[in-house]
Amino acid sequence: MMLEMNTRRALQSHIATPRFETPFHPRIAALSETSDWYTWAGYKAPHSVFDEELEYFAIRSTAALFDISPMVKYRIAGPDAERYLNRLTVRNVAKLGTGRVHYTAWCDDHGHVLDDGTLFRLAPDTFRLCCQERHLPWLLDSAIGFDVEIEEETMQIAGLALQGPTSFAVLCKAGFDGIERLKPFQLADFAHDGGTVTISRTGFTGDLGYELFVPAEAALSLWDRLWAAGQLHGIRAIGYAALNRARIEAGFIVANADFMTAETTLRADRARMPDEIGLDWLVDAEKPNFNGRKAILEARRNQTLKHVLVGLEIEGNIPADGAIVYHRKKHEAGLVSAAIWSPLAKRNIAIASLTRPYGTRLNEDLWVEIYALRELQYQKMMKRARIVPRPFIKLDRRAASPPAQF
Amino acid sequence: MTSSDLARTTDFHAADFDAIVIGGGHNGLTAATLLAQNGRRVVVLEAAANTGGAMRGFEFHPGYRSAGLAHIVNRLDPEVAKLLKLDTSTASGKPLPTVALSPNGKHAVLRGAYGETIDGISPAEAKAFAAMRKKLMFQAGILKRFLKRRPPEIGNVAMRDLGAFAGAGLSLITKGREEGRDFLRMLLMNAADVADEYLSDDRLKGLVAFDATLGIHLGPRSPTSLLGFYYRLTGETDGKTGAQYIPQGGMNTLAPAFEDAATAAGVSVRTGVYVTRITADRGTATGVILGTGEQLNAPVIISAIHPQATFLKLCDTAELGTGFVRAVGNIRSKGNVAKLDLALDRQPAFTGVSPDDHHGRMVIARSIAHVENAFNPAKYGEFSPDPVMEITLPSLANSALAPSGGATLSALVEFAPYDLKGGWANGKAAFEKIILETLELYAPGLSKSIIASNLMTPADMETHYHLPGGHWHHGELQADQLLVNRPVNAAAGYTTPLSGLYLASAGSHPGGGISGLPGLLAARDILSERP
Repeated sequence: MMLEMNTRRALQSHIATPRFETPFHPRIAALSETSDWYTWAGYKAPHSVFDEELEYFAIRSTAALFDISPMVKYRIAGPDAERYLNRLTVRNVAKLGTGRVHYTAWCDDHGHVLDDGTLFRLAPDTFRLCCQERHLPWLLDSAIGFDVEIEEETMQIAGLALQGPTSFAVLCKAGFDGIERLKPFQLADFAHDGGTVTISRTGFTGDLGYELFVPAEAALSLWDRLWAAGQLHGIRAIGYAALNRARIEAGFIVANADFMTAETTLRADRARMPDEIGLDWLVDAEKPNFNGRKAILEARRNQTLKHVLVGLEIEGNIPADGAIVYHRKKHEAGLVSAAIWSPLAKRNIAIASLTRPYGTRLNEDLWVEIYALRELQYQKMMKRARIVPRPFIKLDRRAASPPAQF
Repeated sequence: MTSSDLARTTDFHAADFDAIVIGGGHNGLTAATLLAQNGRRVVVLEAAANTGGAMRGFEFHPGYRSAGLAHIVNRLDPEVAKLLKLDTSTASGKPLPTVALSPNGKHAVLRGAYGETIDGISPAEAKAFAAMRKKLMFQAGILKRFLKRRPPEIGNVAMRDLGAFAGAGLSLITKGREEGRDFLRMLLMNAADVADEYLSDDRLKGLVAFDATLGIHLGPRSPTSLLGFYYRLTGETDGKTGAQYIPQGGMNTLAPAFEDAATAAGVSVRTGVYVTRITADRGTATGVILGTGEQLNAPVIISAIHPQATFLKLCDTAELGTGFVRAVGNIRSKGNVAKLDLALDRQPAFTGVSPDDHHGRMVIARSIAHVENAFNPAKYGEFSPDPVMEITLPSLANSALAPSGGATLSALVEFAPYDLKGGWANGKAAFEKIILETLELYAPGLSKSIIASNLMTPADMETHYHLPGGHWHHGELQADQLLVNRPVNAAAGYTTPLSGLYLASAGSHPGGGISGLPGLLAARDILSERP
């Protein structure tokens, strides 16, 4: 049966909106001087707002507002929610108290990481899982045999990250009484616009900071409330370029940038186990069974892990993004997936994936080959690299409780 | 309380048995017997009042008994028969004929092992059938090499597997390049095209089409349907490939023989107890919980029931991977065959069939088109308005199945889809009427002799035999669910993602039918893995 043209058009209205706009878009668009947008999970998101450099310094010196609405969010609720998530993810959810948040990862049956993300325990039987990729079919199939409801709420819930040394002061000024009691990885509900906003002391910057979640309808009023409160505290709207610098300094990895998620890889050898991307510390072998457990423990026992993720400090000041890592300048040892000159650490830093035994047994005599394109000519440099612990920076203010006022 | 909680409160060392077998069907009993013969303490737990699984007989009318779903033996493995100490010579008797019925009473009768000789066809057709039979038996013989061993593990092919591959390759090469090419050409063909290639007699073509698709959701023109026919030809009885028989004393003697063998080997058989949970802790199965609340522990749990029931009903899915649960959920297992048992007040007489041939198997499948047209409605959830079927007269082998003077008739009828549109409660009477009308055409007067009838649809089989989807094979016997993918890749070869839990039902390699092979191979695997 052929539908009438107008009916067909109506059914396909989504093609008129190739990129969604987030609930905060009107405010960010008004502030945007660079008109520098990129696509994040189907949403139009700012790569920069006014100046990448200054936006980075807003994170480290004052307060930065970053729109995290495109982050994929799932609400997982029901009597079996904890048991379900304990089977789904590698970390022990029984140890995650109500009103707490933890960073975690989940794997397929082969122990390959499907994604990493943060898990919020909103109530004893209610959780929010935030991540980079979409996983609804996997989450639903994982629910077979569990009394649990799973709902994607990416569109319904708007999210804002408020990060930086004055972020606490901004929230105080905005009237979120009791915010001083939030310790790192803790969350609480606060009154806002006739409803509530969930504020957690979390972030992706390694700095003092908070993440705020509200129903999409209350997004603009929340933005305005923070913006007004932050005027004397140097609040700035920022884009992903600035955040990316901060997260590299903090040593955080990004799915499908620093590792390939198992469901998006096309090549069989690109998927990674937690131990191969620096997430071995999340895996709780003692807790009840979880997806990938057998494969991960077997790989550990048989020493078949092939890769390792490391932090590198590289001589000089040229970011080594995408550079090949060599052992003794000769043998290929791996690849740099993220690199910057760190203004805070005053070091040239990088996150790299190495093929074992490089990075595990052979840690000396590592080099990166940097190709710097200078006016249509590559300048090739072989720079010495040293494996260093992540994070590259450690800020006392991140964990100070209560945080300092400014 | 979750299963893992229970497991933690259990003393692992207090194992009650060396092995617990869930399901007292013939595969479960075979596995139990072999393990017990090797000194293991084994218990078989059967939910029904009697063992035998799909061979479990029942009285369907006062004085009249059915032997269950199977009404003829065509693939009972010789080693299994030996294990059970079945005296094959007395058990089998002589191979039974297959009568390809024709509406005009002029039937083709296949004698010996799948038509070594055929009555009622032209000499030219006899020659053509012999050529086809030879070709397909040779090819089935190559596949057969893989049926009596654990399927090879992809990515971890063992030396013994290489032996099987080499043997298969060698037997092809020695027959010449032509044979090798033909094997690869025909392997995934449809049964109809192969029958058309060799035969011209519609009765024989119809029979091939029927045998290729019996118990499988395919029509003879569906791609890969020849595999079903190969599977039929991998069966042997008494050393004769393709032969069929009814044990002396009837099919109903077979199930007790399996149980007797198990008991004789020292297996303790408990009937009327159903398992509600397979307990496990972090990847290791530890025991079972019964409906009574009783817990039994053993380092080895053998599930000889449907794989979907095993993993989705008895296991806590938390103990399994999401990908695995997804794969198990996707096993296609919806039955297509209905079983009819008739109680008759006298011996039925099929027109044109000699009294002796009434002891054999009679098949109503007039042509390839008949089978294909019977299949078509099944695709859309409807039963065949002109069904195909195979018929035996069980009381001829065992007069005790019917009161003196009476008789029983058993028919396996296709196609009767499990998910009948509108439900079987509404459709059953209409389907039964069609079947009886069809039988009347071939055995005039039959309907007048019917005292009682009992039609089991796949939905009934599911209830009566705890058989998910009412599928005898515990999962479609098709290319994507065979060998390394039977029942699913991660549980092919009897071991499962849960250490200590093994599979041994028709849902495992090589598949269904009264062969005992899944049980035998599973037990062998356990013995070699846990000496």
